[in-house]
Amino acid sequence: MSTLDAAFSALSDPTRRAILARLAQGETTVMELAAPFEMTQPAISRHLKVLERAGLIVRRVEGTKHPCRLAKAGIDPIDQWLAMLRDALARNYDRLDDLLAEMQPATRKPVNRKDGPK
Amino acid sequence: MTKMTLKTEGDTHIVVTRRFAAPPEAVYRAHTEPELIQKWLLGPDGWTMPVCICEARPHGKIRYEWTNANGGGFHVTGEYLELEPYSRIVHVERMHLPDPTPDNHVETRFEPDGGGTLMTMRMTLPDPETRAQMLATGMERGMEASYVRLEGII
Repeated sequence: MSTLDAAFSALSDPTRRAILARLAQGETTVMELAAPFEMTQPAISRHLKVLERAGLIVRRVEGTKHPCRLAKAGIDPIDQWLAMLRDALARNYDRLDDLLAEMQPATRKPVNRKDGPK
Repeated sequence: MTKMTLKTEGDTHIVVTRRFAAPPEAVYRAHTEPELIQKWLLGPDGWTMPVCICEARPHGKIRYEWTNANGGGFHVTGEYLELEPYSRIVHVERMHLPDPTPDNHVETRFEPDGGGTLMTMRMTLPDPETRAQMLATGMERGMEASYVRLEGII
């Protein structure tokens, strides 16, 4: 699986998206992360493992705590992909502008030659 | 230039708007005639659309195949549901990567806007997860960069 595939796969779960939203506010311990969810700590840990494998978060050990934070290296490709998607769409419409400019004469009512130019 | 906007709406919609300096009839035709579509619906530079099937009538088929110089490629299939020349197109489409993605239900409107056209394309995905995968929003609350790019005016 490519990095992006792993990232999107990780993002397809609402709990994991909520975890990422929480982590966007700053480093958080597993216990703090588990608090708002009706989930056991091991269940949250499983989600964190998926996010970690996808490169979206990093965990460190601080005594018995395991604070998590977003991994810039994993988030950046998603941002870039998103920018690419938007750019591709914008590029399409820029091309359509050119095409429409070419089409303009054809969409006007054809001039009847017999009448001559007006 | 702030010609195009791309926004999320509710849990399952994506709305794109764009103004064109041509009347609705021309913009509508550029969305429904294969030889015109092949000139602009190409994505990033370097891609072409060798196959463009576009049966612009209710139940008509859609098939777009893209390819690039490196031999990469993918295709989209779909069906038209409703067509109102030159103001509205409703169709469903899915990407094949190669497994098909969930159906994207798309309503495209073309409204007169001064001498030009305001196009509004409203996509409806089957569920929030699919939309997240499509746009990689995911992090609605807090992820500033993505948030600005998605919700903001481009």
